[in-house]
Amino acid sequence: MSANPGGEALVMSGTVERGSFRLEADLRAAPGEVLAVLGPNGAGKTTLLRALSGLEALTSGTIRLGDLTLDDAATDTFVPAQLRPVGLVFQSYRLFPHLDVRDNVAYAPRVQGAGRRQARATADTWLERLDLSALATRRPHQISGGQAQQVALARALAADPRFLLLDEPLSALDARTRLDVRARLRSHLEQFTGPVLIITHDPLEAMIMADRLLVIENGRVVQQGTPAQVARQPATQYVARLVGLNLYTGTLEVASHRVFLDAGGTFTVTLGDDDPAASGGTGESTRPVLVGLRPSAITIHTVRPTHASPRNVWEGKVVGLELLADRVRVQVDATPPALVDISSAAVADLALRPGTAVWLSAKATETEAYAAPAAAGGSAQRSRYRS
Amino acid sequence: MTSKDRPPTAGQATAQRSRQRARAVQSRDAIPWPLGIPAVLAALFLLVPLAGLLVRAPWLGLPRLLADSQVLDALRLSLLCASAATGLALVFGVPLAWVLARSELRGISALRALVTLPLVLPPVVGGVALLLAFGRQGILGRLLDEWTGITLPFTTAGVIVAETFVAMPFLIITVEGAFRASDRGFEEAAATLGASRLTVFRTITLPLIGPSLLAGAVLCWARALGEFGATITFAGNFPGRTQTMPLAVYVALESDPEAAVALSLVLLVVSIAVLAGLRDRWLTTGTAP
Repeated sequence: MSANPGGEALVMSGTVERGSFRLEADLRAAPGEVLAVLGPNGAGKTTLLRALSGLEALTSGTIRLGDLTLDDAATDTFVPAQLRPVGLVFQSYRLFPHLDVRDNVAYAPRVQGAGRRQARATADTWLERLDLSALATRRPHQISGGQAQQVALARALAADPRFLLLDEPLSALDARTRLDVRARLRSHLEQFTGPVLIITHDPLEAMIMADRLLVIENGRVVQQGTPAQVARQPATQYVARLVGLNLYTGTLEVASHRVFLDAGGTFTVTLGDDDPAASGGTGESTRPVLVGLRPSAITIHTVRPTHASPRNVWEGKVVGLELLADRVRVQVDATPPALVDISSAAVADLALRPGTAVWLSAKATETEAYAAPAAAGGSAQRSRYRS
Repeated sequence: MTSKDRPPTAGQATAQRSRQRARAVQSRDAIPWPLGIPAVLAALFLLVPLAGLLVRAPWLGLPRLLADSQVLDALRLSLLCASAATGLALVFGVPLAWVLARSELRGISALRALVTLPLVLPPVVGGVALLLAFGRQGILGRLLDEWTGITLPFTTAGVIVAETFVAMPFLIITVEGAFRASDRGFEEAAATLGASRLTVFRTITLPLIGPSLLAGAVLCWARALGEFGATITFAGNFPGRTQTMPLAVYVALESDPEAAVALSLVLLVVSIAVLAGLRDRWLTTGTAP
């Protein structure tokens, strides 16, 4: 789809300061890779996007696309948005209301010097490719949100960008159109040969659309990895909540495989495959770890369980019940606190309600301890993604 | 929903309540007399003189009065000068409005206050100021005379200058407000698509404020058309050269009152047309362009 089939990697390492807010990011998106930037509101996602697109300058550091320096604070190099080979799809699409769909898509070729007729021909090609030809003569207010999103993508692609940025591409759509548009968007992005960054706060969207995730919190990258890695070993409470995992911090006693949790309590754990202790050890006797525990891996009892198997057993009190699609999420106040997923039948059988005293148990094999994942995407971590 | 499935007493109670509500709503809509009486007086004060103009108009003699060559000259001159002043205001005022709305330079807010001063300045004072600047002995006028031999006072060009001076601020404040309120997001989108700042201005910013631009231009034109004080001070009152309609009305009132009424009628019709045009614009703003 792009004029440069080889493609170049987009690499940023730098900071943006705006008033008291500071974003510090270190990222690399390979050609053809879809990188989702995930984070809560106010984390700095939009600032990152503005820095990459040239709407804002870095305070320090560099942004490079292949050999091309887009921003280098040290040498005062700054390529403004109008000169960057960027395709940006805004959250609210920002289709020009005074132009019809065709002229919106023809805008980039037109301002880049093509004649009116030629620009419109280019636009028609893109409209056809994205299956939007029927809308060519409509005004933006005459098309649906899903269509507007596709037109915005066509408009960005018609500029022949070498990297693509999408800001919350699906958030303005209702749930039904979202599925359809997501599928179409994904197939279009797969054909794009340059790096793609998708900004989103929706973990599902990130997992489905992206090859790799980058999680930002409070202006810092807290985790990078494949969707599977992030889902299995979340680095922070925010990520754990997004992927629906109980996450505890604690200190591992290597010899006994026991973790003394910061929130109180002790777990007997299994060490991750890539844990240094699992492959011979590092010589340390204790070290800080994270412990991830799926809500469905915890069993809930109304009497103290008497099994002899190696289980983690602890006592608590139900404080809340939330009905999810096919199960009930029970919030238990205990040491440590936990979210537990059980069937609605089990809720009825155990007669659970806020205030019920319960016992929780989890097998050691379900309780995985791992070192806090590297956040800044060091070279070692990057090579792992490639392998 | 209906009172059918309720016991009758409850239904009656509901009906009574809704009557009470209707009364309450009515009394809330009633205009209290301390507001109503001055309001009626104000409306009469504004409308009666206009009605008087219509009542006393020499309808039968109108064609003869308006066909007078001096009247036609004044009308032609008025339309020409007001249009030229509006053109100048567009060419120079729109860029100034953009700078005032977008620049973050120090002193911009002071500049904004100063350039809109002619809005509140008595036009005669404006005329005196123009004489001091562009008069034959004025600061710039002397240079203009020396270098090009052009003098502005007491010429048609002087009328245009006087009208531009008084009317351009109307365009500037209207358009500046529109620039300020316009969504910068579209401009950012255009920039990421490769448009330079000037291209963005031409293809995005300006079309998007189109309705405000038109409203500002019409206001400016109407103000220029009615200009009197600055014009007579700076350009004088020479029939065929600098005597615009308002000046002609003023002169005619002494020599031929009927002609003055007829001329006033023409200006009234033009004003009503402008108002109607603006209203249409304002009503359609915000819907489909």
